[in-house]
Amino acid sequence: MILAAIQPAVAEPGLFVQLIVIFLAAAFTENILLARFLGMCSFLAISRQMKTSLGLGFAVVFVTTFTAAINWLLHTYVMVPLHIEFLELIVFIVVIAAFVQLVEMVIERFSPSLYFSLGIFLPLITVNCAILGVSLFMLNKEDFGFLHSLVFGFGSGIGWLVAIVLMAGIREQIKEDKIPAGLRGSGITLIITGIIALAFVAFSGMIK
Amino acid sequence: MAFKDTLGGRALIGNLWRDNPVFRQVLGICSALAVTNLLKNTLLMCGGLVFTAALSNLTVSLLRKSIPKQVRMMVQVLIIAAYVIIVDTFIRAQFPDIHKTIGPYVGLIITNCIIMGRAEAFASKNPAWPSLLDGIGAGLGYSFVLIVIAVFREALGFGTLLGIPLPGRDIWWYQWTIMVMPPGAFFMLALVAWFGNSYVLKKEGGAK
Repeated sequence: MILAAIQPAVAEPGLFVQLIVIFLAAAFTENILLARFLGMCSFLAISRQMKTSLGLGFAVVFVTTFTAAINWLLHTYVMVPLHIEFLELIVFIVVIAAFVQLVEMVIERFSPSLYFSLGIFLPLITVNCAILGVSLFMLNKEDFGFLHSLVFGFGSGIGWLVAIVLMAGIREQIKEDKIPAGLRGSGITLIITGIIALAFVAFSGMIK
Repeated sequence: MAFKDTLGGRALIGNLWRDNPVFRQVLGICSALAVTNLLKNTLLMCGGLVFTAALSNLTVSLLRKSIPKQVRMMVQVLIIAAYVIIVDTFIRAQFPDIHKTIGPYVGLIITNCIIMGRAEAFASKNPAWPSLLDGIGAGLGYSFVLIVIAVFREALGFGTLLGIPLPGRDIWWYQWTIMVMPPGAFFMLALVAWFGNSYVLKKEGGAK
């Protein structure tokens, strides 16, 4: 089933270039966090420390990559033939929940310290809109094959990782600074995010 | 006993300002940023959110005694997803143009942390009527912030409101494109959070 999905795409010239463009677009110009505003809650809450940000970032990359691929397969080979597209939201969220559970078990096993520092935010990846968002945006792009979706999921995850790591670096620097009380916490983080987003807007000239 | 002293009344009013989900609890901001460039999209999204928040809170509350503790997150997600599918289908049928631009974000109401948060924190512990009011309150608290942001973004960015040009737009209005681009959303939300938080802190007697 997977091979059948890949083969027509391979025959098409320039697949590799297509995939690179999809990756760059997903990671930079259409950055899931800075241009599409998804995954903001955990971004604001977790970006205080570099170490935990990196950990969560990699978990997100892993989950987006595989859920995008699995959801593409389910959508193309199960939901479209059976005409049950209206159930896609439920199917997607169940796949994501199952996958997050898996990641949680893996992290708990191999890095208990990371597991404890992520705390409640690890299971909350399930309701991290970035991940469901990747699957939903994927469906908007009509000519996506299996590999395209895989790369799109991976690129989006990387985009989120880059954004949260940038933010964590900045927040570690401004921790001691004096900030008006009302602006402390979410306010100042949003302003900095806006400035980072401004920088990312400049990437949009890079890929059409 | 005045309405505002009842459990439901307190929940409804508290969500509007003191515990406002967007700028006090920093929840649900993904869609707050994404759909606020046009007031029309915003109003539709807010309607969908109030509907989903109110009814999923009501359902969770009615079922709270029969949902086993271990699987309650899963059940809550499925309840929310069911209502979101109704909203999604409705918008797809009635406003196909808008559905093209905000479609994925309508699906993302499922992962909107406000709804999950209210279901988990309030509805799973309280009777039906206060839970319904709490859901409506959370939805309205969210809507009110979004509408403020959307009015500013659309007016400053496009010089229109609900698609109708503001008076004198072509004479003295400079279209401030950055407001409808992603960075503008971050800056606007940061300003709203700043004003909102400062006001609440002042009312509570002195900033920390």
